[in-house]
Amino acid sequence: MAAGPTGVAVARSPYALRRAVVALAACAVLWQLGARLDDWTGVGAPGVGALPSPVEVAMAAGRVVVEPGYWISSALSFVRVMGGFLIALAAAVPLGLLFATNRTFRAIAFPVFEVIRPIPPLAWVPAAIIFWPTQEAAITFITFLGAFFTITINVLSGALSIDPRFVEAARSLGASRMTVFRRIVLPATAPSIVVASSIAIGLSWEVVVAAEIISGSSAMGSNSGGLGHFIWASYLGGSYDDIIVGMISIGIAGYLCSAAVRKAGALLTPWINAR
Amino acid sequence: MTDLALEPASRGAPQTSSRGAISIRNVVKTYGSGASQVTAVDDCSFEVAAGEICMVVGPSGCGKTSLLNAIAGFHDITSGEILIDGETICGPDRPMAAPGPDRVVVFQNGALFPWKTNLENVAFGPTMQGTMTEAAAKARARSLLAEVGLDDVAERFPGEISSGMRRRVEIARAVINEPRVLLLDEPYRALDALTKQVMHEALLELYYRNKVTIFFITHDLEEAVFLGHKLVISTARPCRPKTIIEVDIPHPRDRSVITSPRFRELMEAAHEAVRQEAVAAFQAGDKEG
Ligand SMILES: Nc1ncnc2c1ncn2[C@@H]1O[C@H](COP(=O)(O)OP(=O)(O)O)[C@@H](O)[C@H]1O
Ligand SMILES: [Mg+2]
Repeated sequence: MAAGPTGVAVARSPYALRRAVVALAACAVLWQLGARLDDWTGVGAPGVGALPSPVEVAMAAGRVVVEPGYWISSALSFVRVMGGFLIALAAAVPLGLLFATNRTFRAIAFPVFEVIRPIPPLAWVPAAIIFWPTQEAAITFITFLGAFFTITINVLSGALSIDPRFVEAARSLGASRMTVFRRIVLPATAPSIVVASSIAIGLSWEVVVAAEIISGSSAMGSNSGGLGHFIWASYLGGSYDDIIVGMISIGIAGYLCSAAVRKAGALLTPWINAR
Repeated sequence: MTDLALEPASRGAPQTSSRGAISIRNVVKTYGSGASQVTAVDDCSFEVAAGEICMVVGPSGCGKTSLLNAIAGFHDITSGEILIDGETICGPDRPMAAPGPDRVVVFQNGALFPWKTNLENVAFGPTMQGTMTEAAAKARARSLLAEVGLDDVAERFPGEISSGMRRRVEIARAVINEPRVLLLDEPYRALDALTKQVMHEALLELYYRNKVTIFFITHDLEEAVFLGHKLVISTARPCRPKTIIEVDIPHPRDRSVITSPRFRELMEAAHEAVRQEAVAAFQAGDKEG
């Protein structure tokens, strides 16, 4: 299968790795050309022209990655993402299943859920800072929000689309209603949980940085740490190379986390790609 | 449920007991109401004797699955009564039968659990009912899979084997419960002719070993005459027996009966009865499957 359980194309071709490397290298070359165009022609490339070149960024990265501060920032962001994501997972899976299996509960709670869902996590930041006692809790709450709604919605739709014949077959083979939930509904929804999780952890990374920037630059003082703070401090300090290093770090961290979730998901749903 | 578990000693020996007689009496099944009301089964009555293979034949959309679902307990009936071994499973006081392992269904497009291995699928019933320990159920499942030639794919997932193999696994998953009635809904519909032939022989072999009543829906006439003791040919919607053909070719049968003159005669008779209904269904503009 070309498309994995996550719905995202999973590279299976032997050329896939080579293609990925070539594509990334091509991006770097274009970026380098764009960044240096001004020096060579006197005409700056739009957008990219204002950026530091990849060579400068690579040098900055070489300098930054040996600083403990960078790793402390990364670790802080990672902990906030994982904290929010895991709490979201623990809350959203039961909620999604409850929505799917209990009509009354769905009728009561789903409209409320649907009104809250479109509010962007970043719009929650001020309220979160006010309501949560610590900044740490506020930021983790934002990463939680980033993951929570996506997982709930995906689990709900996954559970609703279970083939009714699975339930009928199980009932006809002697399974009680409770057993049907555990033996049929749960495993049949597992692939949706995996898909939702790999998307959701990426969303948590998307929001953590902004939450760190906003909360760190506001009333809470500037010692919030995290990659968001790293980027903001680099901006304030005028070290533009470091901004890019921070951005790329987030990209890599988000990618690694999604890949790890997909890997764990594949282990939990071994029947999906076995063919 | 537990009363269905036979003593291990009686397993395998042909059962001459009178388990699994089905009486369908004046059954009506309508869907919806008002203008959108559809009558799928109307005043349908026939008997299936214990241990008999009853083939239900009729045009697509005539209501065969609706009748099977009522026996299985997947939905209610509007009126009438269905009895198994003289015991009412659904009727005026109780419109919907409780699904249970005495009447196991093999579905039209297959419904093996994709997240369980083939072995776990087959062992599912007895484990759920608590009639066997999980280890015993797995051992029995393994020997049933071996009987249908699938011991080497026991640990694979259903998604990893061919559709013909999946149908055999699914029938093993039903047979392991020693049901009184096996309900098969066009189980071989999607298979090619050659695979079908193998399936028929495998099913008969299983039947000779574990005698159950078989309620088998098909619209393949050769399949119907080859397997069945009896063909119930249904009218176009709503479903009601139009003609009942007793197939007097003795069991056990093998492929050689297909070339016999009697087989041809019965095929001809079945064909004539079905053709009239197919034309009626076609003229009614019924394009459902
Ligand atoms: N759940 C349902 N709701 C409404 N109509 C249905 C439903 N199930 C089946 N029908 C209708 O009942 C008729 C008989 O269907 P079915 O029993 O599946 O026929 P068959 O199995 O003979 O092809 C069809 O016209 C079908 O559209
Ligand atoms: Mg049908």
